[in-house]
Amino acid sequence: MGKRSIVLVALVLVALAALTVPGHPQSPIRIGVIEPLSGPVAASGNYVRMGAEIARDWINAKGGIAGRKVDLLIEDNKSDPKEAASAAEKLIVRDKVPAIMGAWGSSMTLAAMPKLEEYGVPMVVETSSAASITKRGNPWIFRISPPSEMEALGLEQYVDKLGVKRVDFLAVNTDWGRGSISAFGDRLKKKGAVVGVAEFMDQSATDMNAQITKIKAAGGDTLFLTTAVEQITLVMKQAQEQRLTRKIVTTGGSSSPTQLIKQAGAAAEGSYHIVFFMPWFPESMPDGKLARAFVDEWAKRGHPFEGLTEGFRGHDGIAMWKVSLMGVNGPIKFEKDGPAGKESGQSKPSIFVVQIRDGKVALPDFLAKK
Amino acid sequence: MAELLQHLLNGLVLGGTYALLGIGLTLIFGLMNVVNFAHGEFYTLGAYVSFAALALAGAGFFVALLAAIVVGAALGWLCEVALLRPLRNESIDTTMLVMIGVWIAMQNAELLGWGGVAKSIPHPFPTAPLVLGPVAIAPLRLFVLVLAAGLIAAAWLLVQKTKLGRAMRATFQDRDTAALMGVGIGRIHAATFAFGSALAAAAGALLGPIFLVYPSMGDLASLKAFSVVILGGLGNLPGATLGGLLLGIAEELGAGYISSGYRDAAGFVIIILVLLFRPSGLFARQERIA
Repeated sequence: MGKRSIVLVALVLVALAALTVPGHPQSPIRIGVIEPLSGPVAASGNYVRMGAEIARDWINAKGGIAGRKVDLLIEDNKSDPKEAASAAEKLIVRDKVPAIMGAWGSSMTLAAMPKLEEYGVPMVVETSSAASITKRGNPWIFRISPPSEMEALGLEQYVDKLGVKRVDFLAVNTDWGRGSISAFGDRLKKKGAVVGVAEFMDQSATDMNAQITKIKAAGGDTLFLTTAVEQITLVMKQAQEQRLTRKIVTTGGSSSPTQLIKQAGAAAEGSYHIVFFMPWFPESMPDGKLARAFVDEWAKRGHPFEGLTEGFRGHDGIAMWKVSLMGVNGPIKFEKDGPAGKESGQSKPSIFVVQIRDGKVALPDFLAKK
Repeated sequence: MAELLQHLLNGLVLGGTYALLGIGLTLIFGLMNVVNFAHGEFYTLGAYVSFAALALAGAGFFVALLAAIVVGAALGWLCEVALLRPLRNESIDTTMLVMIGVWIAMQNAELLGWGGVAKSIPHPFPTAPLVLGPVAIAPLRLFVLVLAAGLIAAAWLLVQKTKLGRAMRATFQDRDTAALMGVGIGRIHAATFAFGSALAAAAGALLGPIFLVYPSMGDLASLKAFSVVILGGLGNLPGATLGGLLLGIAEELGAGYISSGYRDAAGFVIIILVLLFRPSGLFARQERIA
């Protein structure tokens, strides 16, 4: 770098500083949103954003919060923990938001958390599953998504009906994936299942053949798969190419079964999915009327149906600020979680299992009979 | 044994895709001395052109591939003429910064135009695998492997056996002498960049249907392409091919027998070893002079 470049960099910095306008005190309530709008898990982040926008518009149509409109300031964390931390800093320091929702992935949320403690700003965690998020003693965290342990506990009652005897794991190599393997592994071991191999994949990896070959050789009957819908699609296609025949159960609620049917086709047939919203049967949700209204509003806006299983998180994460504690997923109520005196808030969300059968999303047999 | 054979076959198929990514870059990086960070974006471009042709315009698989090659070459040509030509006498750092700019601009343009949600390219091949004794392979993958081998061979023939290829090699060995011998330097620079970009776009069109298409897909592709070029030696086409296969097999065996969490590490350990002991590349016959 020569002198000229240094002068150029200085000029750019000055220009950026000049553009920064301080917030107006009488303006609407501005809630910060940090989501992965680009990068390997961009689909999910965009759906959450769409759901958040619905909640914002609904709140504003009813007169806002305490007479003030709600405004969303949406930042892209690029599916990258480093970007999540700087997005949180930007929202807090520059935009002076009183609260944040984010940041989809557990690694991204964990990276943003120290900033919340530093500046004293609360964040609603709408998607992340890693246990450590509420266990670290960060009192600014309010999580409405279930940690993997809660998911595993919710699945426990179906383990026998699913016929899980020997299980292998394939998970994305992040806090979410690693946390999920230990949570489900512990729970399944207690139920008497044998745990075989645990394999990882990089978040941006596209070729999972090595892992699939290894899982095939391990010879289990069930594969627990933890990652976002893009990689689930690739794993299912590649598993089919390698004739891996076994039950696949996806965890974390970001599998978007409708998108899987579209993009993985026959390779997704028979797979089970843990989801936290069932847009196929909104009437089966705790508040059927609200769920139906959300599904209808989503369709009215021209958003893709496959995004609903992710989009509801955005709605619930924003709507919960309006004290009305009924979310699309069900009632939101925080309980203390983590080290005493510095607890985070953890809600107990509803958990559901659906299956892809004959190219459609259905309730599994053992649930439909009830 | 069946597991090892399947791992080797997976590695070969994966390595073939890496080789395809690497040969385009080895021409641009190795011959032209342009650190082309936008290489992965031409790969993404090819995938999106193929998606547009196949899924939106209803064209055939080969028409889509051809469209990707033509668009990739055209944009590569434009990039060279508009951005790199005025900087021909600048240092390698300057062109590198320009290519980083192109990378960011192209990726964000794709994000703006297509959105962040991944697209799946439909293809006419059956999804049931071909079973060969203890191993299985998808027909599409086999087809792509064969086509990649064909493209690599065609690129090698073009550089080694044609008049254009000879002019390319002459230009980048000694520009002044080549100019004195009547080689159109400007045309050769543009043609080489367009050719390398077209190969990247072809790789995108071929691999798009196997994987998914999304704006940041080029980042991983760029990383692998640079690894392959370093392994094979700058500007060395057979080296890039072997480097790609080696990288694919190393990652596959690393993931299969060491740990899948360190899959990419296996490839990079090999690169560090190569840089330590054979810095000009595994398959370079001798040190390049100047």
